[in-house]
Amino acid sequence: MIEYLTSPDFVILMIKIIVIFGGVMGSLAYLTWIERKVIARVQMRPGPTRVGPFGLLQPIADGLKFLFKEDVIPVNANRFLYIAAPVVSLIPALLAFSVIPFGPWLQITDLSVGLLFIFAITSLGVYGIALGGWASNSKYPLMGAIRSAAQMISYELSLTLSVVGVLMIANTLSLNQLVLSQQRAWLGFIPRWNIFLQPVAFLIYIVSAIAETNRLPFDLAESEQELVAGWHTEYSSLKFAMFMLAEYANMVTVSALATIMFLGGWSGPVAGPDWLQATLPTLWFVLKIFIFIFFYVLLRSTLPRLRYDQLMNFGWKFLLPLSLANILATSFVVAIS
Amino acid sequence: MIQILFFLFAALAAGAAINVLVQKHVLYSALSLILMLTAMSVLFVLLGADFLAVIQIIVYAGAIMVLFVFVIMLLNLPADEDGADRLRWLKFIGIPLGLFFLFLVTATLWNVETGTGTQPRFVGSPQAIGQTLFTDYLLPFEVTSLLILIALVGAVVFAKKDL
Amino acid sequence: MIPASWFLILSAVLFLIGVLGFFLKRNIIALLLSVEIMLNAVNLTFVVFSNQHRQISGQIFVFFVLVVAAAEAAVGLALVIAIFRNRESLNVDRSNLLKW
Repeated sequence: MIEYLTSPDFVILMIKIIVIFGGVMGSLAYLTWIERKVIARVQMRPGPTRVGPFGLLQPIADGLKFLFKEDVIPVNANRFLYIAAPVVSLIPALLAFSVIPFGPWLQITDLSVGLLFIFAITSLGVYGIALGGWASNSKYPLMGAIRSAAQMISYELSLTLSVVGVLMIANTLSLNQLVLSQQRAWLGFIPRWNIFLQPVAFLIYIVSAIAETNRLPFDLAESEQELVAGWHTEYSSLKFAMFMLAEYANMVTVSALATIMFLGGWSGPVAGPDWLQATLPTLWFVLKIFIFIFFYVLLRSTLPRLRYDQLMNFGWKFLLPLSLANILATSFVVAIS
Repeated sequence: MIQILFFLFAALAAGAAINVLVQKHVLYSALSLILMLTAMSVLFVLLGADFLAVIQIIVYAGAIMVLFVFVIMLLNLPADEDGADRLRWLKFIGIPLGLFFLFLVTATLWNVETGTGTQPRFVGSPQAIGQTLFTDYLLPFEVTSLLILIALVGAVVFAKKDL
Repeated sequence: MIPASWFLILSAVLFLIGVLGFFLKRNIIALLLSVEIMLNAVNLTFVVFSNQHRQISGQIFVFFVLVVAAAEAAVGLALVIAIFRNRESLNVDRSNLLKW
């Protein structure tokens, strides 16, 4: 075992882990900055501008504020579950990044069931919310937690089923293979991305992903006007920061999955010198993820919130039959051709 | 190295299972069961069944146990009262008998042959499972879908307030 | 290389814990949890033998056990809700109306 720990394979693995994890954590912090700036501009105001140029140091100021805030634990709260809930929420959200290919050689591990691994890990994230709300021993968090957990498990169904069409075309569950299967081009310049082959599945996936990550217009569980702050009402300082990080990490994960399955992942035109050719795929990947995140933030700043029964009706009575019909149609086409 | 993994996750699985019995509040038992299910999933991976390991997390730990946790939270159960009095002596007989049974089983299983030797690792890939599931076992597969429909209707009917 | 007998002994231990839980616990939901422990022990045995004989049908059987466990948990919990609504207690000893 010692010879494995000092072999170049292990060193390269450690470098990959540090690069990916560091990049992800840094981008999560700056995601808050992007969100505040875009929402502010949509509402015709400048957003954070005081801390550093263009407010770029604002996330660091927010992080320091979270560190120094007083850590309050309610007297009647269930101590063990109260402290464990943010951790249970954060660990699956970050674990999903271990199988996402950020470039041809920038993937920590390429599991043969990588896509199912991500779905399994995100389905464990429901527990963080349910336990956080229950352990707080107060009515707003409990209602928010139950609603949010029910919403997440309902939309997980259409999320997983909408992807089955893509899997039938690509014939593999490994994420790197999914990216490689979209690298051909029609007519010389139109890339063979799955969004052209499965447009309905793409739309179902996007809507289910927004519901799965509890973002507007599906965020009744943490709505400011109705439930104070939903399941994280009683949380403060670092535990609240962990919940926020987990929510943003989930957003990045579903965006990354959307680009891998529908927009071709890290494939894109590469040209130029050697060092540029090595980093361009990662830049294309990050750009495509950024398109989805920008779309999420725009949705948050424009659309009103759905009521809870409208939300559940939409998920069970519209999206689920639609994704099943998509699977049926795709299987016919694949069987015939 | 693999032995260390096996002992770690086997101890975790057995410890979590014992914790299910020991806890007074049933929510802690359910959470220990979730821990046990994830430890079993790792043991499945050690045995080459990686598709099954991920399916176990998605179905068992991510759906069935969410159902248990929801019901426990919504019924708002207090911690258990101290059991019926006439059966308090049951555990003083039951646990030693159980340990004796375990000793018998271990003595029988101690020398089961391994059989694999130096062959490559047998992997339960999705392709292999899919091919067998949809050809040899197609009828049981369709019957289970009927079973799930029956369970769905039954659960909705039983939980209704007024029929 | 891990001998198959170690896995089988672990499976026997887990099954024993499930059986003990089923006999010793008084809460209906805890009984259902003990049944799930027993089913998991059986799943482990199936996978061990599927690995040993290099046949995939062991894992397919685990698939079916998983589906049946899901269906049984759903119906069992619906029954638990109905029982709780009528009796306000989940102690098994209170559900003894059919006793002579």
